[in-house]
Amino acid sequence: MHQLQQSVDATPSEEPAKRLGRAIVVTSGKGGVGKTTTTANLGTALAARGARVVLVDADVGLRNLDIVLGLESRVKYHVLDVLEEKVSIDDALVADKRVETLSLLAAAQTREKDEVDTEKMRALIQMLRERFDYVLIDCPAGIEQGFQNAVVGAEEAIVVCTPEVSAVRDVDRVVGLLGNRFKPQLIINRLRPQLVKKGKMLSVEDVNGILHLPLLGVIADEPEIIVTTNKGEPLALRRDGATASAYHAIAARVAGEDVPAPTVEVKETSFLDKLGAFFGGRKS
Amino acid sequence: MIEWVKKMFGQTPSSSTAKERLRLVLMTDHLALAPEIIESMKRDLVDVISRYVEVDREKVEVNFEREDKALAMLANIPITAVARPNKPEEEPKAKAEPAPAAEPEPVAEAVAAEPQAKATTSTMSGPPPTRRRRKKKAGGSKPAPAH
Ligand SMILES: Nc1ncnc2c1ncn2[C@@H]1O[C@H](COP(=O)(O)OP(=O)(O)OP(=O)(O)O)[C@@H](O)[C@H]1O
Ligand SMILES: [Mg+2]
Repeated sequence: MHQLQQSVDATPSEEPAKRLGRAIVVTSGKGGVGKTTTTANLGTALAARGARVVLVDADVGLRNLDIVLGLESRVKYHVLDVLEEKVSIDDALVADKRVETLSLLAAAQTREKDEVDTEKMRALIQMLRERFDYVLIDCPAGIEQGFQNAVVGAEEAIVVCTPEVSAVRDVDRVVGLLGNRFKPQLIINRLRPQLVKKGKMLSVEDVNGILHLPLLGVIADEPEIIVTTNKGEPLALRRDGATASAYHAIAARVAGEDVPAPTVEVKETSFLDKLGAFFGGRKS
Repeated sequence: MIEWVKKMFGQTPSSSTAKERLRLVLMTDHLALAPEIIESMKRDLVDVISRYVEVDREKVEVNFEREDKALAMLANIPITAVARPNKPEEEPKAKAEPAPAAEPEPVAEAVAAEPQAKATTSTMSGPPPTRRRRKKKAGGSKPAPAH
């Protein structure tokens, strides 16, 4: 009985169609808010859970994801080579050596966004969904052709927003453009809790009081992210530390686990800390 | 609340300013992206006003302007004729059709400013226009009898 149950679970569903992976576009409207950083870390964290993940750099002309992942020296071909049928998908995929189930499909650095055939892009994402559990698409900034090509094959969206007026405004616009089909979920990036506490930065509640999106989690403004990006080692390769843990929690939530959305708390400074800071001349 | 914060800190924290600016800019954005809503609002507005006075529909202008802490709707509605107010008991003529039930997207708490009524007839009699906050939902409300 037990065995039977197991074998039933193990057998792929009867219907001939393969179970497709989830294609999720990471977008924001505004540039520089952390789409690429989020894609790299979330992808790493999902792959660390054992899921097969491919990261697609849809920022044609401004390739970045390979650098953030530290895979730039191994990129030989790119999305357009595949779309133009110059090489097979397998030739173009770069497997990450640190997390076995993670792969990258790089963007073309020397081409233009409008050289991408939207319909072919849709077909490519569909093909990737047959092979991977997650297809994360790193969207370029803006809402023009590059955005259209990045979202065309996706069925879900993660929007990245920093706590700034212009970023929230752009996310609002992008969410309007996406409509309900993409079930957009929100990641608030680069929050500085000290500033929020002092009333100098929009809080999570301020931002989402306006956007009203399901919140996947909050990522702090984290100096380590700059360091890890310098090295090409996404922070989510680690498990220690608040920000790495936050990425893993977001990955768990994306995977459907019922864990709380990570938040960023102000570290309560004790009187002694303040005294130390005062005498140390540090500004908090 | 903002007043309270002001008192506490001596000035408005910049995050409150950011929030306020964001709220206003998004209202403007959403309106700009919904010309149909503005059109039907304009139509309903003119319908209501023309129950009382004659209006030059072709020359109606509706604009939105940022005022201090609110978005103001400025309607310029040229009035071409006003009936002599000799029969105050008379019910204004009922609208031919009730306004369509279609609820427009909530446009937050847009405050309608006083319509700058322009009288193109030189002899505009009757009481001066009273300042009224216009409710978003047009139609449905009974025209108030003039006192
Ligand atoms: N949580 C964070 N803490 C600190 N720095 C961050 C954080 N997230 C992103 N950054 C930094 O911000 C910069 C922009 O990030 P990133 O390239 O991911 O943004 P993007 O949205 O992909 O930009 P673009 O629109 O140009 O593609 C990078 O230098 C990155 O290291
Ligand atoms: Mg990027």
